[in-house]
Amino acid sequence: MKDKLIHSLETVGLSPVVPMVRLASGENPKQQLSEIFERIGLPILAIALFLLLWSVSAAKVQTSLGTLPGPSQVWQQYQGLVVEHQEERLKEEAFYQRQEVRNEKKLAKNPDAKIKVRPYTGKETFFDQILTSLFTVFTGFILASLIAIPIGVACGLNKKLYGAISPIIQILKPVSPLAWLPIVTMVVSAVYVSNDPMFSKSFVTSAITVTLCSLWPTLINTATGVASIDKDWLNVGRVIQLHWSKQVFKIAIPASLPMIFTGLRISLGIGWMVLIAAEMLAQNPGLGKFVWDEFQNGSSNSLGRIMVAVVVIGLIGYVLDWLMVSLQKIISHSSPESAR
Amino acid sequence: MSQYLQIDHVSIDFPTKNGPFRALDGVDLKIAKGEFVSLIGHSGCGKSTVLNIVAGLYNATEGGVVLEGKEVYQPGPDRAVVFQNHSLLPWLTAYQNVELAVREVFKGQKSKAEMKEWIEHNLELVHMTHAKDKRPDEISGGMKQRVGIARALAMQPKVLLMDEPFGALDALTRAHLQDSLMEIQQELNNTVIMITHDVDEAVLLSDKIVMMTNGPAATIGEVLDVKLARPRDRVALADDAEYNHYRSQVLKFLYERQRNPAQASEKVKPKLVKSGEAA
Repeated sequence: MKDKLIHSLETVGLSPVVPMVRLASGENPKQQLSEIFERIGLPILAIALFLLLWSVSAAKVQTSLGTLPGPSQVWQQYQGLVVEHQEERLKEEAFYQRQEVRNEKKLAKNPDAKIKVRPYTGKETFFDQILTSLFTVFTGFILASLIAIPIGVACGLNKKLYGAISPIIQILKPVSPLAWLPIVTMVVSAVYVSNDPMFSKSFVTSAITVTLCSLWPTLINTATGVASIDKDWLNVGRVIQLHWSKQVFKIAIPASLPMIFTGLRISLGIGWMVLIAAEMLAQNPGLGKFVWDEFQNGSSNSLGRIMVAVVVIGLIGYVLDWLMVSLQKIISHSSPESAR
Repeated sequence: MSQYLQIDHVSIDFPTKNGPFRALDGVDLKIAKGEFVSLIGHSGCGKSTVLNIVAGLYNATEGGVVLEGKEVYQPGPDRAVVFQNHSLLPWLTAYQNVELAVREVFKGQKSKAEMKEWIEHNLELVHMTHAKDKRPDEISGGMKQRVGIARALAMQPKVLLMDEPFGALDALTRAHLQDSLMEIQQELNNTVIMITHDVDEAVLLSDKIVMMTNGPAATIGEVLDVKLARPRDRVALADDAEYNHYRSQVLKFLYERQRNPAQASEKVKPKLVKSGEAA
């Protein structure tokens, strides 16, 4: 029971909690306590030191928007954003209530009257923008994976193909999202034409930019993974005369899954980084736009709010990475210790 | 004895920077049905290449392989291979590893229930029923090799090809598996080609020992018929004069007539030393 719990904690990357479990079960308390200090106490100390340095040095920097905010001011701004979000939700609720009452009155007067239900169009709050960003990054990331994994598998199985397109990959890989964005914007404007678009253009542009930049690590890792499969495994497939599609799905892909996941993890990390820049320029209503709008706004609160965004962007990036690592550990056949 | 499998004057060239490299030259061998043949020789003499050509994984430059009157030019389940490093798929259990092969080979011939029974029968044959739901990383090296053998046997091959199947195992495990293999062989009477480094293994298991010369352009140096009665018992044979005569003949071929190319400058391959001591 205990071992199972420890194993699953390690699988989801919560290994710092393990000594607590061991302590609770009465296993060598002295050693567990020192381990808890090492794995939880020390990081907390480091964070405290960092916050101290931040607040001391920030107070000394004067900008045109006032003093550079320290941790406490940033925390205040965060609370402000929470309040704004709650107020906005209340307004939205009130709006729908009013609309409903109005429509009911209309119907009471004249049962045949055409009633209109209008969606609420208040401004997005910080938390709406987080959701938009997450949705955008996952759209771009999934699109990238759908392109990169099949091409990667093909490249891994066929050296000539890989040799042929390798230079293209190497040239496109280092291109900055800021360079892609104008091109993507123009192409999307020209191609994505519809009277009733399902997605806004800014969303499509941002997602495609994420795709273009996060494609490469998955592609390269998949190709390397598939190419370095134990040749005997492929020979097993040849001896039992597996159809090539089964050879791919039953042997090549499962065998290279750990490598593919390493690629996906790097891709998602890059995608998240790229997204903020893309949103700034494309004006997709996500965290990037939030930062840009606050910068343009230039109120005394702006710097604090931008710092809230910076912390949140960092935290979400960390959570995304942790998610991918856990997923990799669960799916791949390697033991939890070796997949790091 | 009828000729069942014929390796007919097989030569193979591998392309290198300095032009083609002839690895095998005129390897010619006839094998009868139910015969157990060992290929023995120093490292790099092309034993594995012979096996891979019979398996259809390589194609001969000259000559060819004929099995039951049909030429072999691509891999197939009628020539199942037991690979040196077991090559079980690590994400599948023992059962699933055998299942993958059985499903493919008996597609449309056996019902689901028959397949299940057949997989279990083959795992039983190698004494692996107790660990059929274990993954390769949860079982020992010897057990992995047993599953590898079960997978090959489950294809009901006309010829079973074994590429140093016990080479990576410790001496005791190896002896166990050799005994199991002899039992299975007694029961199924398979035609087997096995590559080995181990002189005792070759004499104990084989009807015929094919000794290969050193490469490049390796070929068959000598063929020794082993006429020991079956079933064979390793302990009883240890003091048997006939057995020791066969052993010394193989040893003489390997160490007097075909000195290990690496031996001249370095030391004897550790594997060969070990097998000598094990006797």
